[in-house]
Amino acid sequence: MSRIVGIDLGTTNSLVAYMAGDFPRVIPDADGRVLLPSVVAFTPDGILVGETAKRQLVRHPAQTIYSVKRFMGRGYEDVKAELRYFPFRLEPSQEIVRIQVGDRAVTPPEVSALILKALKERAEAHLGEPVTKAVITVPAYFNDSQRQATKDAGRLAGLEVLRIVNEPTAASLAYGLHRLKRGTVAVYDLGGGTFDISILKVQDGIFEVLATSGNTHLGGDDFDRALVDWFLADVLARHGVDLGRDPEAMQELRLAAEAAKCRLSFDERTVLTIPFPQHGLTYRREIARAELEALIDPLVAETLGPCRLALADARLQAAQIDEVVLVGGSTRIPLVRRRVQELFGKVPHSQLNPDEVVALGAAVQAHILAGGITDMLLLDVTPLSLGIETLGGVMSVLIPRNTTIPTSAKEMFTTSADGQTVVDMHVLQGERELARDNRSLARFELRGIDPMAAGMPRIAVTFLVDANGILQVQAKELRTGKAASVEVKPSYGLTDAEVERMVEESFAHAEEDVTSRLLIEARNEADTVIRATERALGQGRHLIDGDEAERIGGALATLLGVRDGNDRDAIRGATERLNQATLHLAEALMDAALKEALASKPVTEVLEKTES
Amino acid sequence: MSIKADYFEVFGLARKLEIDPEELQRRFYEMSRRVHPDFFQTGTPGEQAGSLERSALVNRAYRTLRDLVSRVEYLIQLEEGRETKEGAAGIKPEAPGDLLAEMLEVQEALQGAKADGLDEAARERVKAEHARLLERRAVEEDGLRVLAREWDGVGDGDGNREALLERMKRVLAARAYLNTVINDLGEALGGEAQNHVSHRRH
Repeated sequence: MSRIVGIDLGTTNSLVAYMAGDFPRVIPDADGRVLLPSVVAFTPDGILVGETAKRQLVRHPAQTIYSVKRFMGRGYEDVKAELRYFPFRLEPSQEIVRIQVGDRAVTPPEVSALILKALKERAEAHLGEPVTKAVITVPAYFNDSQRQATKDAGRLAGLEVLRIVNEPTAASLAYGLHRLKRGTVAVYDLGGGTFDISILKVQDGIFEVLATSGNTHLGGDDFDRALVDWFLADVLARHGVDLGRDPEAMQELRLAAEAAKCRLSFDERTVLTIPFPQHGLTYRREIARAELEALIDPLVAETLGPCRLALADARLQAAQIDEVVLVGGSTRIPLVRRRVQELFGKVPHSQLNPDEVVALGAAVQAHILAGGITDMLLLDVTPLSLGIETLGGVMSVLIPRNTTIPTSAKEMFTTSADGQTVVDMHVLQGERELARDNRSLARFELRGIDPMAAGMPRIAVTFLVDANGILQVQAKELRTGKAASVEVKPSYGLTDAEVERMVEESFAHAEEDVTSRLLIEARNEADTVIRATERALGQGRHLIDGDEAERIGGALATLLGVRDGNDRDAIRGATERLNQATLHLAEALMDAALKEALASKPVTEVLEKTES
Repeated sequence: MSIKADYFEVFGLARKLEIDPEELQRRFYEMSRRVHPDFFQTGTPGEQAGSLERSALVNRAYRTLRDLVSRVEYLIQLEEGRETKEGAAGIKPEAPGDLLAEMLEVQEALQGAKADGLDEAARERVKAEHARLLERRAVEEDGLRVLAREWDGVGDGDGNREALLERMKRVLAARAYLNTVINDLGEALGGEAQNHVSHRRH
């Protein structure tokens, strides 16, 4: 399997890491910098990403997008309140957020894709080989739409996203390689825009998340804003000038506030000097750490509620936590450390660089997926309850929050009118009683139901949350045994067709030969299935009879025969037929694996024997 | 064992209610190591789908069996041959009439106290009531443990099985009523660790 990189797609900065031998390593750019500012500038001369884009913030605020992660998977209504802090304009819309840059509108996944593409290129330059597969991290408290948006961004960047992994749990993997071997761990992750708390049990290489909670709109950005508001009031009082209406001045203030906040983590006092020649003034101000702390204390306090909730959900007392790990740049702030220490009653750890640890953990997870690590396994949970809207606008929970994923739930549906062939479902995520108070994820249409009298069809719908925390829906009418097709209309996301179209457009822009690219993709997929089939046969030949082995052998030979040809449809057809031929073998192998698990001796027992 | 196995079969356990939590966790980890999708990234599409499905089954089974209350609920569902928890009406027969009346009284008192603005004295009363009901629930759960042991002792053809199932159902119903009131009291006290979801599920 080709190399899989780990990417931390952050609100403020993004990083890419890979496994170098036994330990993960972050990849620097040509100048040796590992942090890529998550900023994208749309200039008349082209698109800039990272450090160069950041320099455009003050000069071209309306065309320079930062903190786009706050908009991922969100609707206009969700973010309206904070728009006054952003210099760029959003198109009011009921659906996905669209950001206006010049004469075009871009969606958050498209902007994130540009950041991912820059990281992909950085990794390719460093490793000297193409990089097409990645594990990308998201806040643990991200809902389905936000995860899906991140996955879409990966696809738009030309990356196959093999796994969406939660940031705090990724961090725990990085720590796990070094020192965390056993015990209960709380990972407190306060980044630029999001906050997560995850409680894990670590034992024998298994990282089992017991509970998670958080706030996807709380982080360093909010501290900066508190500081900016304070500066604005101060400038108004002392100079009689309202800088709040000047986008360029606002950017200057925001960047100065961010820098001052960072300095105050190490110094007791700091001085700001910002010239505003266009307003005929120079703003000079000394600020003490205590003043900053007074401003942000209420925000830091907001992180403690989710911590207590996660502890309660994990059925643990704070005193039962063995270790507390700090992740995210905002955990450098002394006040944050103090509050965490007070809550858990112990000194938190931060041996690994809090900016890098998530990307390092993503690289570890990537290595697990590639088969490079077999003794570590992360068992994560779904952060929010998932349900459907039922009569009277009430949410009926199908999968409660903090359920270990993958997981599934089955629900029966029927029709309410004679001859009805389509059934609607509204899928929600959240903890509130009423449907309208929860997050609308998508509307699903079950189509192709045979016309029958009302109430006759018995449609079994399976809601499956995969290891990415992303929902898949399958439906089957039990009387006819027919699968119903499921049409998804995401509430705040791109449809598959839209993503497909954007991918094709990006090919066109890159002036690539779409046909040859698609042919290569088909061959790669064929190779994957060929290798997997050969391995499956090697492991499970004894589980199937001669006829079946012959059928698989035949399908394998056919695919090998067309693999080097130029007929993409023939390759795809033969790949699909080989897949079908191996379905039963796969099932048999999986069941054998479960049986083996039951027959295996307890690890401790085995260890005792080898020791004696 | 196949995807159709019940949760006890998944872990190779007899249909008994006393389960050693450490052994259950050991088997859960062991099975996760064998079927988790992480280890089938390079597998055939059939293996990937199969691992996803079995991993979901193992996770559901562990979640259900690790906790006594959900274990008993599941056992009743199995014994009654129901496909899903949907028919959970079966698990909610009448709670004992006196408990029902008592809970209504507590609820009314709470409403009254809230209407009067919940002063310090009233808060203290609510707090005491909350603590009393938590204790009461613990007693019910102890009772459930006793019944569970009894269940494990009776043989297959034993006429006591039906009666035991009924008694367990009554304890579950009582517990569900207690939970509703405990949550209401907790909410009135402004406890942060309120579980909006779980109290609705009972």
